[in-house]
Amino acid sequence: MTAQDQPFKQEFNITVYTENQIGLLNRIAIIFTRRKINIDSLNTSPSEIESIHRFNIVITETEDVVRKLSRQIEKQVEVLKVYYNTNDEVIWQELALYKVPTDVIAEKASVERLLRENGARAVVIRKDYTVFETTGHREETDALIKVLQPYGLIEFVRSARVAIIKHSDGFNRKIREFERIDPGQEVIENEFLNSREKVFTM
Amino acid sequence: METLQQELPAAEKKETRKVSGSVALLDALIAEGVDTIFGYPGGAIMPIYDALYDYSEQLTHILVRHEQGGIHAGQGYARSSGKVGVVFATSGPGATNLVTGLADAQIDSTPLVCITGQVFAHLLGTDAFQETDVINITTPVTKWNYQVTDATEIPEVLAKAFYIAKSGRPGPVLIDITKNAQLQQFDYEGYIPCSHIRSYRPKPIVRKEYIEQAAALINNAKKPFIIWGQGVLLGRAESEFKALVEKSGIPAAWTIMGAGAIPTDHPQNVGMLGMHGNYGPNVMTNECDVLIAIGMRFDDRVTGRLDKYAKQAQVVHLDIDPAEIDKNVKTTVPVWGDCKETLPLLTRLLEPKQHTGWLARFREFDEQEQEIVINQELHPQSGELTMGEVIYQLNELTKGEAIIVTDVGQHQMVACRYAKFNNTRSNITSGGLGTMGFALPAAIGAKFGARDKTVVAIIGDGGFQMTLQELGTIMQSGIDVKIMILNNRFLGMVRQWQQLFHEKRYSFVNITSPDFVQVAKGYYIDGKSISDRADLAGALQEMLSHKGSFLLEVMVAKENNVFPMVPQGCSVSEIRLK
Ligand SMILES: Cc1ncc(C[n+]2csc(CCOP(=O)(O)OP(=O)(O)O)c2C)c(N)n1
Repeated sequence: MTAQDQPFKQEFNITVYTENQIGLLNRIAIIFTRRKINIDSLNTSPSEIESIHRFNIVITETEDVVRKLSRQIEKQVEVLKVYYNTNDEVIWQELALYKVPTDVIAEKASVERLLRENGARAVVIRKDYTVFETTGHREETDALIKVLQPYGLIEFVRSARVAIIKHSDGFNRKIREFERIDPGQEVIENEFLNSREKVFTM
Repeated sequence: METLQQELPAAEKKETRKVSGSVALLDALIAEGVDTIFGYPGGAIMPIYDALYDYSEQLTHILVRHEQGGIHAGQGYARSSGKVGVVFATSGPGATNLVTGLADAQIDSTPLVCITGQVFAHLLGTDAFQETDVINITTPVTKWNYQVTDATEIPEVLAKAFYIAKSGRPGPVLIDITKNAQLQQFDYEGYIPCSHIRSYRPKPIVRKEYIEQAAALINNAKKPFIIWGQGVLLGRAESEFKALVEKSGIPAAWTIMGAGAIPTDHPQNVGMLGMHGNYGPNVMTNECDVLIAIGMRFDDRVTGRLDKYAKQAQVVHLDIDPAEIDKNVKTTVPVWGDCKETLPLLTRLLEPKQHTGWLARFREFDEQEQEIVINQELHPQSGELTMGEVIYQLNELTKGEAIIVTDVGQHQMVACRYAKFNNTRSNITSGGLGTMGFALPAAIGAKFGARDKTVVAIIGDGGFQMTLQELGTIMQSGIDVKIMILNNRFLGMVRQWQQLFHEKRYSFVNITSPDFVQVAKGYYIDGKSISDRADLAGALQEMLSHKGSFLLEVMVAKENNVFPMVPQGCSVSEIRLK
């Protein structure tokens, strides 16, 4: 296979609007595990609408695979809607915490410089350790690991990604359509043949 | 026994009654029009069975011999009747015995509501006696599942269960009910069927522009070809489908799940698709210019090698499930929707045509297949009996009016190829999962779902031994099922592959059998075993005219193969005739 034939894989951000239902996380997760696809990041949270949950799932795959997965997810009874977007199409953030020994930091580093250059802030400062926090893209949170490693980084953790879709106008209008017994125009998204890659049910 | 359905005067305050969760459950079943339940009791479902004791006039409960038999019977019932099959099982082993049937129903889109008992809610997660995490075990093999821990949820959850099972693309639903919820008394307001769930849109809205584009493609086609599947049956769109076929004049071929939507003898029915399907339909898939797929999902047993499948054709795909569109085969025009709605819209825009020359090409292939394969399979002059001639003789007697339930293997492919189907819902087989052991219990269910039909189960000597305990269900219920075992003393289909692709290394496919007639006799079921051609017609006649169930064992050739065959990894046009 030449590089050209190789299907192009990239990070996709899958946004899933769902009912708040026990067991749904499993139903969604097995859609990935069944196909032996690794979930890079998974976040569940409330959405702009009360009682509606929002999953942010990040995987590295080809668009074709992501589209098929998205349709399988959307097929689940308690899933209202699925969108998938490339990194360019979303605003995204991850949060990271770093625990370092306070004495080392205080002696050897200019704490102020660290904070400023990496957009970090100190969350806790104790005699024995200090916890820094940054939010940003993967490269940014990774960068601070490197910086702090020489100062005896004790613990590091990074959160799942949260992402907001740039062109989305939210789910408030849609949910009203979903609540109607007879769906109207709003929920019909399959009208454009040319962009049918983008859309699933309705 | 009074039931609890009540007409509620709209303005008045709702009348409530104290009932148990179990009674509310049974009331829901009656309200949904359920008449038959296939089940098996046990500790965790005893309150429901206790309530059932008082409902025997409205609900027929069939005591099966194994929960797998119960769920396959539920499937057979659903497939022959078009209604939702209902199955009861207890917690733990009862529930896990349902898994094969759930997987089968999931992949073949069969509407089922399965009720499992579960340990008391306060014991969940404690490894209590017969506690199994049924919800998580069954999640990948159900369309929807839900655990009820409080009786007040039962009416609404049951309403959702039936709605989800039968709407859109149908499928199995499992409701796990803890014992405390079955016992709990609550204020019951009556049953309200479900017709809307906000996160669930079973019916896509039909878009005119797709229909128009599809019609334009079809009207301009020189060599259009229709392939259809079970979607036509599930959508109850047989007459709409026939109208389209006849107006368009297009040759049409079926997947085994779609058999019977139009009769076998219909002049435009050109036969069966797939690995052991007919020669013409497989070859022509790679010659047609427009391929019109209706309610089918391009299973790999139908498509063979995908990157060589219908590459020359523009594809129109009608399906209710958007996840099927572009899943395996990229479509030119997708027609999302319920085919009951989309087919008439499409037919209206089609120009009436004949396609005589194109249809004749299918007939040419058919003649070759007749000569090389079919004649000696159906009309051998000497040697051992063939499976094909048994089916042929059966056709002569049933005239295509019987419901044929098949198990899995060579006999299944032979039966699907050669059995005549005059009617829809008369070929009941495990298509997607290929579950050996399906046929006997499914035939029992099929008969309960279509009491006026003759039901013939066609089973291999291997598959019969997987669920033969259901002879006990036949014995006890007195149901009339004709059982035909085609005994080749091999796990035939596996043997065929070993012969063709593993240098005839017959690894563990040699299977011995008990005296099936004696086994049947032990269950007070009459039977007969034959091996001579001269006895065939008479024995089949005896089986069919026998009052009550009958087991006919036919000893057939040991090492016959099913042809044609699209070998795995090959394109449909590389189909082998021998
Ligand atoms: C539960 C199950 N186990 C194994 C298989 C694999 N399998 C497919 S066909 C077949 C042979 C079936 O033999 P038999 O029932 O005698 O029918 P025949 O092919 O001889 O007609 C086997 C073992 C299966 N489909 N289902």
